[in-house]
Amino acid sequence: MTDLDKSGAAAEVLTGGDTRGAGPRRRRARPGARGRGVPLPLLVPALVGLAFLLLPLIALLVRAPWRSLPEQLTSPEVWQALQLSLICATAATAVSLVLGVPLAWLLARTEFPGRGFVRALVTLPLVLPPVVGGVALLLALGRNGVVGQLLDSWFGITLPFTTAGVVVAESFVAMPFLVISVEGTLRAADPRFEEAATTLGASRFTAFRRVTLPLIMPGIAAGAVLAWARALGEFGATITFAGNFPGRTQTMPLAVYLALQNDPAAAIALSLVLLAVSIAVLAGLRDRWMTAS
Amino acid sequence: MTRCTRRTRRTLQVTGVGVAALLALSACSSGSDSSSKKDSSSASKDSAKKVTGTVTVFAAASLKESFTTLGKDFEKAHPGTKVTFSFGGSDTLAASITGGAPADVFAAASPKTMAIVTDKKDAATAPSTFVRNQLEIATLPGNPDKVASLKDLTKSGLKVVLCDKTVPCGAAAQKALDASKLKLTPASYEQDVKSALTKVELKEADAAVVYKTDVKAAGGKVDGVEFPESANAINDYPIALLKDAPNAAAAKEFIALVQSAEGQKVLTAAGFLKP
Repeated sequence: MTDLDKSGAAAEVLTGGDTRGAGPRRRRARPGARGRGVPLPLLVPALVGLAFLLLPLIALLVRAPWRSLPEQLTSPEVWQALQLSLICATAATAVSLVLGVPLAWLLARTEFPGRGFVRALVTLPLVLPPVVGGVALLLALGRNGVVGQLLDSWFGITLPFTTAGVVVAESFVAMPFLVISVEGTLRAADPRFEEAATTLGASRFTAFRRVTLPLIMPGIAAGAVLAWARALGEFGATITFAGNFPGRTQTMPLAVYLALQNDPAAAIALSLVLLAVSIAVLAGLRDRWMTAS
Repeated sequence: MTRCTRRTRRTLQVTGVGVAALLALSACSSGSDSSSKKDSSSASKDSAKKVTGTVTVFAAASLKESFTTLGKDFEKAHPGTKVTFSFGGSDTLAASITGGAPADVFAAASPKTMAIVTDKKDAATAPSTFVRNQLEIATLPGNPDKVASLKDLTKSGLKVVLCDKTVPCGAAAQKALDASKLKLTPASYEQDVKSALTKVELKEADAAVVYKTDVKAAGGKVDGVEFPESANAINDYPIALLKDAPNAAAAKEFIALVQSAEGQKVLTAAGFLKP
């Protein structure tokens, strides 16, 4: 349950509130808006929490090698890694959307035995240490893996050490975010709209496409943004499953990790680039969705 | 409900017995302390000054098997001590040491990574080379691709993994390749030697350039192929006592053990070369 609450809250933040998305956007009526002041027992931990989250970022900025930053960032490898990161994270988000939204719908709208167990399984990649996730992917989809063997012998497809492998690894860790978020939105959405559509002769799929999807769009968007952010920062599963080769599988987090080995200053510079890009994208998306929904 | 309480009581009893047994054991060991000290005093004079507490050793990933053995030997020789290890890529370890990680001893897989620590004046003693390690090619069991030389790795269709150039095994492999004027495009530059080996163990890669010691440690999971060019890129392993060592006395003892004849025996058994 807490997972749902969390994802609901995350969706709330990312879409600027109103995850129900039913009809036109309402102004949020704040409960307790009558008592203007913020109660101290809430304010103090809130500020401590904010400081705790922001302090490492500020430390990065303080210690950043500003003077050598330009030359650090003009190296082609950095742009290669950044480009690869953005492409792969976006592709992983697309994969998560295509597979994750139907899965979320299945979990929220159908009854089948063991549904709670399946829901728990879906969140498994959130709990798995990323490196273990990478090893599990190797054992499943590697050249010698349970399914990977068949892929290799039937289609000649091998995923490890390829860009597709990066997308697979990132999708594996990012999709649960999307599923949880969308499922929470679906549960909160009123099923009577769909029922009305079906009584008017729409098939269940048409009802989903024409009624449910527009209804839960904000939740999907929030989930997609979460998944994208998670995919962008993915390190453990990627380096284990897809290895590290510049231009093919070396995403930004891998480049940062390896730069840290001999040149911490460069690593900080790279981290800043990644941060700047992700903040720009997230902020841009949020505005889009706030005005759109 | 009653069964529950009974069970808890039972658990408590068991733990009680366990604790009592442990206490008795520790009493035994402290009792036998004086006698064991007599035995070992012939082996080394230093054990007369009793060392206790925890020694924290940061060591290169390739030292894992042999140092774990040496750690157990050390704990046996000095009751009341405990050796804890942090194994990883030498550069990661060096970075965390310069970042203030509380470690007593640093054993690196290359002078270059040790220099990261000594340049920052974080080492108390000058580093000394305690072993050397030579590269070897790890192939799939039975060597189905008939890899016989470094040049064979450049064959097309062969998936080879190397260590990244930032880690010692990668730097050494690059040196060997440069010395023999070979161009090799691997499938991946792994972050440390163990993950390069794992890729071959899992049959995801056909071959990896790793250390002799790693091939030995992998047992039958990989085959080792020696290649002459590896003589051009032999890695020295330096060890040093760290400046802010929380337990310098015991750390000195551990370094002495590594450099002693018995320590060297364990290391050469693992495939290391004598310095």
